[in-house]
Amino acid sequence: MINQQAHLNPKLFDQDIEKVPTRDGFGEGLVLAGESSPNVVALCADLTESTRMQSFRDKFPERFIEVGVAEQNLVTVASGLAAAGKIPFCASYATFSPGRNWEQIRTTICYNDQPVKIIGSHAGISVGPDGATHQALEDIALMRALPNMVVIVPMDSIEAKKATMAIAATKQPSYLRLSRDKTPVISTEQTPFQIGKAEVLAEGKDIAIIACGQMVYQALQAAEQMKEHNISVRVINCHTLKPLDEKTILEATDECGAIVTVEEHQVTGGLGGAVAELVCQKFPVPMKIVGIANRFGESGESEELLEKFGLTTKEIIHAITTVLRMKPT
Amino acid sequence: MLTAQEFIDLELKATQIRQSVIKMLLAAGSGHSAGPLGMADIFTALYFHILKIDPNNPQKPDRDRLVLSNGHICPVLYATLAHRGFFPVDELSTLRKLGTRLQGHPHRESLPGLETTSGPLGSGLSQASGMALAARMDQASWHTYCLMSDGEHDEGNTWEAVMLAGKYKLHNLTAIMDRNNIQIDGFTEEIMPLENIRAKYEAFGWTVIEINGHNMQEIIDGVERAKVIFEKPTMIIAHTIPGKGVDFMENKFEWHGKPPNAKEAKIALHKLRTLAGKIRSEHE
Repeated sequence: MINQQAHLNPKLFDQDIEKVPTRDGFGEGLVLAGESSPNVVALCADLTESTRMQSFRDKFPERFIEVGVAEQNLVTVASGLAAAGKIPFCASYATFSPGRNWEQIRTTICYNDQPVKIIGSHAGISVGPDGATHQALEDIALMRALPNMVVIVPMDSIEAKKATMAIAATKQPSYLRLSRDKTPVISTEQTPFQIGKAEVLAEGKDIAIIACGQMVYQALQAAEQMKEHNISVRVINCHTLKPLDEKTILEATDECGAIVTVEEHQVTGGLGGAVAELVCQKFPVPMKIVGIANRFGESGESEELLEKFGLTTKEIIHAITTVLRMKPT
Repeated sequence: MLTAQEFIDLELKATQIRQSVIKMLLAAGSGHSAGPLGMADIFTALYFHILKIDPNNPQKPDRDRLVLSNGHICPVLYATLAHRGFFPVDELSTLRKLGTRLQGHPHRESLPGLETTSGPLGSGLSQASGMALAARMDQASWHTYCLMSDGEHDEGNTWEAVMLAGKYKLHNLTAIMDRNNIQIDGFTEEIMPLENIRAKYEAFGWTVIEINGHNMQEIIDGVERAKVIFEKPTMIIAHTIPGKGVDFMENKFEWHGKPPNAKEAKIALHKLRTLAGKIRSEHE
């Protein structure tokens, strides 16, 4: 049952639901952040249009820095800007940033505690035809392991906009993961968003699905379909992977007694890892992690790849039935 | 021009800093010897004559910024900051010990006077460039300095920054390279040749000045010249002798990454005291 307090898109289960890439929401949010603070600056590594930084560049050219195809420089120049009072957003594809410049992020941003915002676009298998080299499936693990880093994976373009404005207002190093492909607009402007606060989008008591990014939509679809089988599924949008909302997750483990996590990332080190680390130490319950099973992606259309790599409503339902069988009666 | 007294005072200060470096390394039992000794004159000139800084207000918004890119030579930075009044000189003996503010490689949040955290090579010039860009956006008049090693020019990140500073014509940025020709595995020109390093910087749109990194007047003149070049960033190639002031360490790459033992430290301190005496007697 959809949580009315979440104010989701009334057309959530319609065939013609509007689809917008999360990177578009970031682009809008960055302009708004730039309007609200003169200290917000943007840096890009030769991907200004596809990371949606062009609106900010056109509106605030004096606050935009093009570093060329140089991701190590991207984040270290940003660290210097932050040290001098700026709030830098640096954008590239997630395989390159934070893929290629991890040590620079670790030393000059996280250990140095500078408020640099790393924007990793084109994350996940849904990048599509560009193939495995451009499909970041390990970026959450890379960022989640770093002390001081905030990690956010928005479920849709509206949430990406809110998240962008929210991280601009904090002093913490932050990673925002975005996708290339158009994905369903699940939320509305009224949907609550707070860093570190997971949202229950659908109420349920038999099992909880904890998802992030575009997989939240598949999770809601799965919950809807499980109604027919009289199984009540709670759906949690865990947009902030770090710091993890322990309270909401532990409430779910306590009240539902079984968990499935879903993410467009390797099954190691991502959302499933974060939830498992928490749950196994504080409230162990049967659990299954749905994600990319320790392999690289390939070329293909987004839909085809999600199907091939098991990121579908069908796979989530399969995981639900498996976990329910593990649940003590 | 420095007055005779200013010159003597700076030379003596550099000798004191070298003595502190030797004592710190002996107490720590690990760390780098050659680089810190080789850069003592440049650190002294910067912190006691050039930089607009206030030890009583280390975060003063309009201070000059100094980024130490090759963080491993931090004993000389720590010794200089202590002698300049940022923290007690006594604290230098805590280098590398559990609970110290003087971490094995500099950590910005640990100690007043540090502008960044460094150690992994090749990232300092980018950060200094970011600071210079921020100063330009804010139309602020403070200047950014970046101290770099020659060996860290093996890093790709360094050249990414060299390109960017050239592109943005960051005249409010002055880099100083410790051209001591050694790195851990041997001589730079054998490990990974850097020459013609001057031509390389010039080709990337920089002004290049070469100085003797042990001559106070040349150091100060070089930095003053760099500050009045308004079209480009400036690289000052400072030719230095690694281990300078302690003859058995001079020009030996074996001393890049190790500290003196008690016997060696005693000889080194004796030599540095003799050097200080010589500076004083030459003046008198």
